[in-house]
Parts: sequence; structure tokens; C-alpha cells
Amino acid sequence: MNGAVFVAVYQRDLRLAWRRRTEALLPVAFFLVAASLFPLGVGPDPQILKVIAPGVVWVCALLAAMLSMPPLFAADHADGSLEQLLLAPGAGLAVAAAKAAAHWTISGAPLVVAAPLLGLLLGLPAEELPVLFASLLLGTPILSLLGGVGAALTLGLRSAGMLIVLIVLPLAIPALIFGAGAAAAVDAGLSPSPHLSLLGALLIACLVGAPPATAAALRIAVE
Amino acid sequence: MHAVNTTSAAPALRSRLTWFTFASPANFYRLAGVLAPVCGLAAVAFALAGLWVGFFVAPTDAVQGEVYRIIFIHVPTAWMSMVLYVAMAFWAAMGWFLNARMAFIFARAIAPTGALFTVLGLWTGALWGRPTWGTWWVWDARLTSELILLFLYLGYMALVAAIDDTRRADKAGALLAIVGVVNVPVIYFSVVWWNTLHQGSSLTMGAKQHMASPMLVAMLLLTLACWAYAFAVVFLRARAIVLEREGDTAWARALVADNQGR
Amino acid sequence: MQWHSLSEFLDMGGRGGYVWSAYGSFVVLLLAEPLLARWRHRAARRAIAERAADEQAARAAGERS
Repeated sequence: MNGAVFVAVYQRDLRLAWRRRTEALLPVAFFLVAASLFPLGVGPDPQILKVIAPGVVWVCALLAAMLSMPPLFAADHADGSLEQLLLAPGAGLAVAAAKAAAHWTISGAPLVVAAPLLGLLLGLPAEELPVLFASLLLGTPILSLLGGVGAALTLGLRSAGMLIVLIVLPLAIPALIFGAGAAAAVDAGLSPSPHLSLLGALLIACLVGAPPATAAALRIAVE
Repeated sequence: MHAVNTTSAAPALRSRLTWFTFASPANFYRLAGVLAPVCGLAAVAFALAGLWVGFFVAPTDAVQGEVYRIIFIHVPTAWMSMVLYVAMAFWAAMGWFLNARMAFIFARAIAPTGALFTVLGLWTGALWGRPTWGTWWVWDARLTSELILLFLYLGYMALVAAIDDTRRADKAGALLAIVGVVNVPVIYFSVVWWNTLHQGSSLTMGAKQHMASPMLVAMLLLTLACWAYAFAVVFLRARAIVLEREGDTAWARALVADNQGR
Repeated sequence: MQWHSLSEFLDMGGRGGYVWSAYGSFVVLLLAEPLLARWRHRAARRAIAERAADEQAARAAGERS
């Protein structure tokens, strides 16, 4: 992997996001609004909310991550800089990894920070909040990595947004199950460590497997 | 290694039989034309045999009465949906690594049939579940995995349909199918995990109970029927796709002209 | 043979609706699919014939002018 390209792309994406700070915060806003719909739809009964809270938070994080995916490569592709970037040796992997890292820094990390607050809103007991936080800390990078594959595959397509959701969500289901299950396990009096370990294993697998897949998809889209 | 380009007039079918003879769309077209009806007939024969055994030889189930007979089509369709997904991913991968467009065509031909079997598996599962378990849908590991498999099929079909450039669509679809097939065990494992967590003991629709041998025979016969059917339909669809893509070659035009003359 | 009459067979122990809906969908869908595939095949053939005819007409017009 081309380290120089990684650093360059990562820094550039962060700088661009900083210049459009309000836009960068939209996924978090979506996250909060979407999760708040559930009590309105389901009723304010704290018992019910407590049970559905981990799942709701996780699903909304998933959707928020997916919705901020389409622009990942689109801007660079539109002005031709993506093709230039991919010319350097080992650049494909670097670009894929850098984009996923930038996406997580910009969109994923804020979700992780906002999650405990949402948990409180949904009546999650205090001892579950750290577990929820940990599960999203491990899980949101998975979403950024998987989303990168989807964004690369659908590069330049009209309906890329919906396609990414359709393609990536099934692949993200194991992360959802282990992530939401971790907090729910605490609620049931069990240890969350098997869930978190499995989530960690998924993260490692994605760190290894997703960037090459994204790089291959970029090459397919660009050639 | 490139697929044999047959822009010359119709090549002899058995001039030199190699591993790549049927990588040529023209050769495949003719082979599929012969095999499809044969497989179709085999499918009908197996189906009739299986249905006969299932309805007239297999006894009434002690617990579920007569409605259990739905498994004779539920299990084969669910099984086929999984097999076809793996086959689709395999052929897409072959197309990608060997740069063989016939393999890509075959993968694309498999997808709708696989999706259809998934839908049938889910639908027959629901029809079995309603009288047996009281609800139209049961979130057990098998049915939930089937549902996710349907999403994987739909994702593949949506992606290749959304990309206008055939080459790019083929390769993107292949990548997605490979990613999908690698993930299927992970997804299945996580769903089983999820299911045991939330529902404790088995509310599974698996035929855990001991099955009398006529029941197994009926399921096997209908599975073979679905296999043969899948071959027949995939061959049919692949022939159509070959004509769609190779329509400007001399062999295709000669073929159509011949047919019109008759 | 365990069915003593046709109506008993159709009734399927009171669950005839479920059983026959399942088998009915099975048959209907697996008949519809090959028909759709054949339709697609025929459409492809027609498209080729039309393109060939168009080219022929264009060539003839080119020769004339």
C-alpha cells in the first residue's frame, strides 16, 4: 500500500469536510432524528424502549453510515482526480483505506459519541451505555469499510444511494447482530464479551478484506 | 486466455473438444438448445415421481398431520436457492479470472432463477409456518437466512441492471457475488447465534424429528426435479442473453435467418 | 393408499388451503419462468432479424443513390 497516497487522500478529505462542517454533521443529525422517531412510533413505555434501544441505535447508525456513502468517491470521480490518484503503484489499496478511514473520522466517530446520549434518551440503563459505546466503536469502522465497497461498485450510477443500501446492508447484518446483541446481553445479565470479541473479529476481517475489494471495484469502475 | 471469437460462419461443434469449447457463445448456444428440453423432461419426470411418493406413499405425520407435506417443496426450493447462489458466484468468478464472457452470461442467467427459488422457499415456509406455528412468519435461523439470501440476489440483480456498460456490469456483479458468497457463512453463523440468543430452544422449522423414508425419498426426488428444472431454465435464459449480446455476429444472423426461412 | 376420496385428498386434514396454495404457487411460478425466458429469447431473435433487415434496406438505399 502506498503510504504517501494514503496520507494525502486522508488529509485532503478531512480538510474538505472541515470546510463544509455543517454538511459533515448531517449524518449525526439523521442519526438523532431517526432514532427519536421510534419512541414516537412505538410509544413512550420505558420498558419497551429499553428493550429495543440497542437495536434502534444500531440500525440508525447503520442507515446514517450508508446514507453518507455515495459521495465517498463521487466528487473525485466527477472531476477526474480519482483516475489520476489510481495511477500510482499500490494506490488502489491506499485510496480505499484512506477513504474508509476518512469516512469513519468524519461520519462514524460522531455517531459513536452521540450513541450514549441516544441510549439515555431511549431509557437504556447506565451499565449498558459503555457496552453500547464499545460496540459502536468497533462497529462503525466496519460500516465505513463495507460501505466503501458498495460506494466503489456503484460509482457514477444514478441510483447509487439506494443501491449501496441494498448491497451493503445484508453484509452488515452480522455486525448488527453482534453489536446490538452486546448491549442486550448486559440487559439479560450476561457478559457482552463474546459479542464484542466476535465484533472485533469482524472488524479485523474487514480491515484485511474490504480495502482490496474496494480497490478492485474502483479499478472496475474506472477502466 | 480469451474466449474463442466466432465471427466466422458457424463453427463445427465437435471439431476439437477442449475445456474451452463451450466458452464460445455459439457452441454453448447449440449445446444449451439440445440440453434444455432434455433437462426439462427430466424435471417433469422427477417431479411426478416425487409428488406421487409424497402424496400417496408417505404417511400422515403424527404431529403435524397432512400439512407437513409442504416440506416436499419447501426444502428443495430452499436448498436450490443456496446452491444456485454459489453456482452464480462461481461462474461470475470464472468469467472474471478467465476473462470468459460466456461464464458471465451464465452467471447472469442463474440469478433470476435463484431469486425465484428463494421467494418460493420463503413463501412455502410461511404457508407451512402459519398452520404449524400460528404465525405467517417465524424468525428462525433458516428462514431469516433465506430472507437475507433474497436480499443478496436482489442486490446482484439491481447492480448489474443499473450499470449500462456490459463489461463493467459483469465484473462489478462478479465482485459483489464473490463478496456475497464469502459472507454467507458469516451471515448464517450470526443468524444462528442471534436465533439461539433470542428464542432459547429451537423454534426451528428444521425437520429435526425422525423422518420416515418415503418422506426422504419424496424430498430427494423433488430436489432432483428442481435441479433439472434449474438447468433447463438457466440454459434457456442463457441462450436468450447470448443472442442479446452476440446479435451482430455472423453466426447469430445466419441462425435467425435460417429460422425465419423455415 | 391413504386417501379414501378425492375430497379427503383435497382437504388435507383441514389444511388444504395451505398445502394447495404452496403447491399451486410452486407450479405456477415454475411454469411462468420458462415461458418468460422463451419470450426473452424470441424477442432477442426478433431484434436481430430487424437489425439485419434495417441494414439490408440501408445498403440497398446506399447502392441506389
